[in-house]
Amino acid sequence: MSTAAAETDSIPEVHTGERPHPHDIFYVKIALALAAMTGLEVSTYFANFGGFQLPVLLILMAVKFVMVVLFFMHLRFDSPIFGRLFWTGLILALLVYIAALSTFQFWSS
Amino acid sequence: MADTTVHAPVVHHTSTGLSHTKLAMWLFLGSDCLLFGGLISTYMLYRGRTNGGPSGRDVFDIPFTSISSFVLLMSSLTMVLAVTSSARGDWRSSRVWLMTTALLGATFVGGQVYEFTAFYRGGLGYTTNLFGSSFYTLTGFHGAHVTVGIIMLLSLYVGTMKGDIGPDRAETIEIIGLYWHFVDIVWIVIFTLVYLLPA
Repeated sequence: MSTAAAETDSIPEVHTGERPHPHDIFYVKIALALAAMTGLEVSTYFANFGGFQLPVLLILMAVKFVMVVLFFMHLRFDSPIFGRLFWTGLILALLVYIAALSTFQFWSS
Repeated sequence: MADTTVHAPVVHHTSTGLSHTKLAMWLFLGSDCLLFGGLISTYMLYRGRTNGGPSGRDVFDIPFTSISSFVLLMSSLTMVLAVTSSARGDWRSSRVWLMTTALLGATFVGGQVYEFTAFYRGGLGYTTNLFGSSFYTLTGFHGAHVTVGIIMLLSLYVGTMKGDIGPDRAETIEIIGLYWHFVDIVWIVIFTLVYLLPA
């Protein structure tokens, strides 16, 4: 046995928290849901949603974002460590730029 | 057809039991959130600074951009199908999905080039006003990311054709797939905040 092989064999197996990945048809269903939500988003541009337009757009955007990350990027099925890395970066970015926009009085303009 | 399992989780022989390459890609994507967060925030600050020039409402072609968005969204589906095909060892299907993804990505970039040309002819140059500068910088950076993704997809296609990427390196497709999905989620945000959100 080579030295490298001996080294890898000596590393104990770690439970990574991964789950089995779904079948292709599941991804097709997710894509159809995303397409439907995109259609709804676009309709807000042409139809009058009144005061609901902004919240509807932001909610749809967030749902689409999370669906792609969880299902297409496999965060739902992969080890939670990958998710922690990504969500930490995302939340950090959100906080930094909410602070930056507040500095420029964006919310009151 | 039931949503049954295609492939079971793989345990890597590393100290964490995870692929370090994949870990690095997630770390990169987390940091890329900061880059795009900065560009999106800058756009949000300057989108009303038209300085007498055209604004988004004047130049945006929402039906056209909606189709572009749909194309990029569907490229995420074809990408995930390329990943699942390679995971179950169906390399022929994987190559077909990889090429489809690259073509859909190229269609998106082509649409962006057309859109930029139309905006320029409509009087919105890079230095026309702060709205134009921040808009072209944000969407241009995203377009550059998509272009890099297309190059990586074509490299994967060639790699699988030549046999350089086989069952032992199937994870490479998944990692490039993560990058591709990331450019898709960034566009989901850009499409809403830049194109659809009322000024």
